[in-house]
Amino acid sequence: MILLTGNDLASGDVIWWTGSGWSRHVGEAVDAGSEADAILARESAARNVNAGYSVEAEATASGPLPLHIKERIRASGPTVRTDLAINADIPIVKA
Amino acid sequence: MAEFLSFRTGDAAQEPAVTVEAFTGQSNATAVRIEPGEDARDLLPHLDRLSLVEVNFPAFGDGRGYSAARILREAGYEGELRAVGDVLVDQLPAMRRCGFDVFKPNHPLDDAVVKTSLERYDNVYQKTIDGRTPVWAKRHPEKIDG
Amino acid sequence: MYRYDQYDQEIVDARVEEFRDQARRRLAGEMTEDQFKPLRLMNGLYLQLHAYMLRVAVPYGTMSGKQMRMLGHIARKYDKGYGHFTTRQNIQYNWIKLEDAADILADLATVEMHAIQTSGNCIRNISSDQYAGAAADEVADPRPWAELLRQWSTFHPEFTYLPRKFKIAVIASEEDRAAMRLHDIGIELVKRDGKVGAKFFVGGGMGRTPMIAPEIRDFVPEEELISYAEACLRVYNRYGRRDNKYKARIKILVHELGADEYRRQVEEEFAHMKTLGIDPPVAELDRIRAYFADPAYETGLPEAVDRSDPDFALWLDQNVVAHKQPGYAIVNISLKPTGGIPGDASAEQIELIADLTERYSMDEVRVTHAQNIVLPYVKKADLYTLWQQLDEAGLGASNLDLITDMIACPGLDYCSLANARSIPVAQKIAQRFADPQRQRDLGELKLKISGCINACGHHHAGHIGILGVDRKGVENYQLLLGGSGAEDASIGTITGPGFGEDGIVDAIEKVTDLYVSERQEGERFLDTYRRLGMKPFKEAIYG
Repeated sequence: MILLTGNDLASGDVIWWTGSGWSRHVGEAVDAGSEADAILARESAARNVNAGYSVEAEATASGPLPLHIKERIRASGPTVRTDLAINADIPIVKA
Repeated sequence: MAEFLSFRTGDAAQEPAVTVEAFTGQSNATAVRIEPGEDARDLLPHLDRLSLVEVNFPAFGDGRGYSAARILREAGYEGELRAVGDVLVDQLPAMRRCGFDVFKPNHPLDDAVVKTSLERYDNVYQKTIDGRTPVWAKRHPEKIDG
Repeated sequence: MYRYDQYDQEIVDARVEEFRDQARRRLAGEMTEDQFKPLRLMNGLYLQLHAYMLRVAVPYGTMSGKQMRMLGHIARKYDKGYGHFTTRQNIQYNWIKLEDAADILADLATVEMHAIQTSGNCIRNISSDQYAGAAADEVADPRPWAELLRQWSTFHPEFTYLPRKFKIAVIASEEDRAAMRLHDIGIELVKRDGKVGAKFFVGGGMGRTPMIAPEIRDFVPEEELISYAEACLRVYNRYGRRDNKYKARIKILVHELGADEYRRQVEEEFAHMKTLGIDPPVAELDRIRAYFADPAYETGLPEAVDRSDPDFALWLDQNVVAHKQPGYAIVNISLKPTGGIPGDASAEQIELIADLTERYSMDEVRVTHAQNIVLPYVKKADLYTLWQQLDEAGLGASNLDLITDMIACPGLDYCSLANARSIPVAQKIAQRFADPQRQRDLGELKLKISGCINACGHHHAGHIGILGVDRKGVENYQLLLGGSGAEDASIGTITGPGFGEDGIVDAIEKVTDLYVSERQEGERFLDTYRRLGMKPFKEAIYG
């Protein structure tokens, strides 16, 4: 599946496309499928997302999970400061 | 919105600018256009017949044109020095300091932002050819000639 | 230390308002991100892995207690309660909001600080020796020269869109504590015929093509410093490569032209520059120098220090170094506690250091390129009290220049360019070598970790270096041996195939074990490596 991500323009928060808006929780992200480019163009122009792009992900029991470690860390927070994590239970390194 | 900005008195030069190669090879052109990779010093022997030098900025991040402008002014060129291409409003102050006096950006600039941008800094640290007094000269007026 | 006059203050204040306006235009959609990006970068604002990151300039690493306290205030009010001291003597904050950025700059401006040119393809913060002014071996204090260069490079109209970033370091001792020759321009102040001048090294750097800067000019008199620097930069701005970001640093230009041809072009430009009257009068450097005059030292102070507390004695031997002034010492505060994050400090720690700066160090504090803090003017009589307060706050680690005093970049935990995490590797190494006796037995050992080829963690210059790479989506770590960022500068060599996170720690242990068994009297790890070469180390690791 394809997720859309980027940062909130004003706060800088990492955000994920939910189908109707943006969430800080990757668990609420949805597959953007073939509409990815069109959604990104529209949402960037409306400044709902800054520096948006798409990432590959897999569906898991606990929700969508990006494939690449970099995106998992973005979704979770710094692995060395779990006290600051937004989604601490995301597995960073593939099992 | 400004599509053409001039800080010169009098009319802007109208003659279309030719390439540096064409200019140095022909005797009658009075306007030339410098691309980023070209050497502004090739023009120095011909400054007396030039009335317009256009310096092209194909991308705003390519800063070679700033050096080209200063080199021409440092050599005494007093004709029109025009920045064209991807020229952004926040770059105008530095370009003015390097000697550009006319701007023809690809995208028109907001007049109010231009004005604020150019009037922002009362003080500058470097001496260039724009005639502004650098901070060090203000600090040591007795040490500076003229 | 330097204080702003009305002109410096007006420039920094104007910058705050300029950035406020730029951020407003971006938030209002009057600018695209592509257009805004170079503007925010020139003010140190990145878009990083988790949020915006703001890098605040600490010119030549020197601050007052009040300035340090402001850094704590920013961590507390606008960030998540901490900051990260960097290898360019700056501090960066990881969780900044674009809508707060101008307010932060306004707060900084109240204590004569800013974030100007802490990123972007321009001349960056000028770095220097953290012991400047206090070291016995310097020919002059390098910081007035650095300040003169700071002012010259601030909003330099010709050099704001260089091919790539540009880093300058100024030192004044033969012992190089600032990795001077790994800078785009490294300046060493030297004395000739009783006059101090600048020896220029140009074209050093790390990144994917590490280079040690060759000497370009042996002596530039102080009254021509700006002309010469301007000539160096103009040749670079005109001829530095712009076709490939990875070949755009000045080191590539100097390498491709050859040092002789680069020198010739600079000399030609210099001859021209000298006719333009762009050098400030010597009176300006003298004006700046007056700010860096020696502080009001007390005389007749005791030299003896009571070593009866063994933990204190360890710290004293490891972290405190000789001062030029009798009765005083230079104190290094390690930001590398075992299990900590190299270079990170909490708001409370920053504020405590600010207090200690005012109370014990004549109101001056320094940031080092090794991501530690220095109190440069401490009375020996105050050392024990000072250490107790540091130790209580988790700032008492006695490991300066030892294996656990690592440089580590933020890596993939924070950085959007990184390929692998650096900090967890640093933590595992620190835990493996946590025994203080073992660390001291290994002696001076500079270990440096980067999470990608850009080398922000100086891995090329580590006696032991680690480079994190991405191998098919999995973090992998290459090991390098034999680098140095000091006066004996050298570039490390990769040992061979890389390792996983645990494997790299084992490999380092094999390397240090070999050193312990093979070292001769007085040899540091680096000396033994240089004597023996790579072969035995390679066998120990892979054999």
